[in-house]
Amino acid sequence: MKAVYRRRKVVNALMCAVVFLCAFLTLAPLISIFGYVVSKGIASVNFDFFTHLPKPVGEPGGGMGNAIVGSLILVGLSCLWAIPLGIAGGVYLSEFGNSKLGAAVRFTTDVLNGVPSIVIGIFAYTLFVVPMKSFSAVSGGFALGIIMIPTVMRTTEEMLRLVPATLREAAFALGINQFRTTMNIVLKTALPGVLTGILLAIARIAGETAPLLFTAFGNRFWHQGLDQPMAALPLQIFVYAISPFDDWHRQAWAGALVLIAMVFLISIVSRIVIYLRYRSFK
Amino acid sequence: MNEQVNVIDLNAYFGHIHVLKGINIAIEQKQVTAIIGPSGCGKSTFIRCINRLHEVVPSARLSGEVFLDGKNIYAPDVDPIEIRHRVGMVFQRPNPFPVLSIYDNVAAGLKLNGVRKRGQLDGIVEESLKMAALWDEVKDKLGASGVSLSGGQQQRLCIARALAVKPEIILFDEPCSALDPISTGKIEELIFRLKQDYTIIIVTHNMQQAARVSDRAAFFLLGELIEFDRTEMMFEAPADKRTEDYITGRFG
Repeated sequence: MKAVYRRRKVVNALMCAVVFLCAFLTLAPLISIFGYVVSKGIASVNFDFFTHLPKPVGEPGGGMGNAIVGSLILVGLSCLWAIPLGIAGGVYLSEFGNSKLGAAVRFTTDVLNGVPSIVIGIFAYTLFVVPMKSFSAVSGGFALGIIMIPTVMRTTEEMLRLVPATLREAAFALGINQFRTTMNIVLKTALPGVLTGILLAIARIAGETAPLLFTAFGNRFWHQGLDQPMAALPLQIFVYAISPFDDWHRQAWAGALVLIAMVFLISIVSRIVIYLRYRSFK
Repeated sequence: MNEQVNVIDLNAYFGHIHVLKGINIAIEQKQVTAIIGPSGCGKSTFIRCINRLHEVVPSARLSGEVFLDGKNIYAPDVDPIEIRHRVGMVFQRPNPFPVLSIYDNVAAGLKLNGVRKRGQLDGIVEESLKMAALWDEVKDKLGASGVSLSGGQQQRLCIARALAVKPEIILFDEPCSALDPISTGKIEELIFRLKQDYTIIIVTHNMQQAARVSDRAAFFLLGELIEFDRTEMMFEAPADKRTEDYITGRFG
């Protein structure tokens, strides 16, 4: 018997070590990417980087102010139409989706989620850029919005499904109609989860480059209007990173750092807001 | 006595399962009617047919008529929302809205039906919480979450929430099955007081509770109404052998 126990202890310790190692290995890329970007980029991040336009090759200094603003505008544009649509779709799937149509919608949403972003870019290109005869911010916002929708929709659905049926029944029993029940009781209860889905989607599109190549296109100037080409951080990083100039490489690292920091900041701030809002309800 | 709810040949189904079989019953105004019977005999389904909550479940359907003050609530021109305003319900497990404050839980039925006047809401919230014997315990923390209360308080909050809509009838679906004896006592006391103003139908598994709170009792078995009589009669001299067996604990 003793030997069996000893063997178990050894196996247990061994497995613990293996699982820990695996957990560490999954974190390692994130930590090393973040560390590398910080070490390479931090030196070039200064006040000018946020407020100035890029300088021509050879001139030192300058920044990516236009790309930062452009990225914020593009993300904002996408959120403006993709979040309401995604949430409404999620509500449909969770509250009325137990049908053949619901299953079809769910399937197509998952397929859409798997469509390469460059294909979505081409779609936005033919739909907006070709008829408008110009690259534009709206076409970029359209492409990024399409990428957001599946994530927002499916997380909204999952989160609404977690709301117990007894709460819906309680609302119905009070004579509250379906619309109010869904909006003011079910959605409100699931809001922290729904917001998490939105944040995930924002984090994903903030870094998308491929669909912007032929929609927003990039711009060396401050924003010229939503129907004009617009700068975006990922585009600027791409252009600078593949350039042969050391100065631009440093700027690209700084851009990458700012991009990561922006996504972190958005996610941290919204989590704090959710926490404060729901603190008393935990 | 005035018959307020009149059920005629009510059959209810979940998919192919026939849950209620030809129920006929007349429930009197401002009395407490207890529905007793073993688990799965259709008690809850029966009361859910009275506020049209049965039809909310997918695959559920029913046939027959339920008259509320002489009007069939299943007539095509009747809006279930209107029926649910008139017939309130308290559920088996306390289910306050977790993201709403105590105040908003009570006000939910009014606010989400368009009542916005703060003064009017304040009055109804206070009155409802007082009627539910919860006011003194929560008056200083109306802004706190409904789920921060104990189980018994949550159930009284749910009663206040139902009262705020000013129904005529209140359905209780085993309201004490998740509560301790002290909270149970408080709820029973409350039901006893509420029957002055409301018609009450209560589903219960607890024979003593049925005996304590109800004026009349209906015994359901396997989806059929076996016996319906004054509660004393049911407990002292049941007409049907099956009722007697159940009440004396010989089965179920």
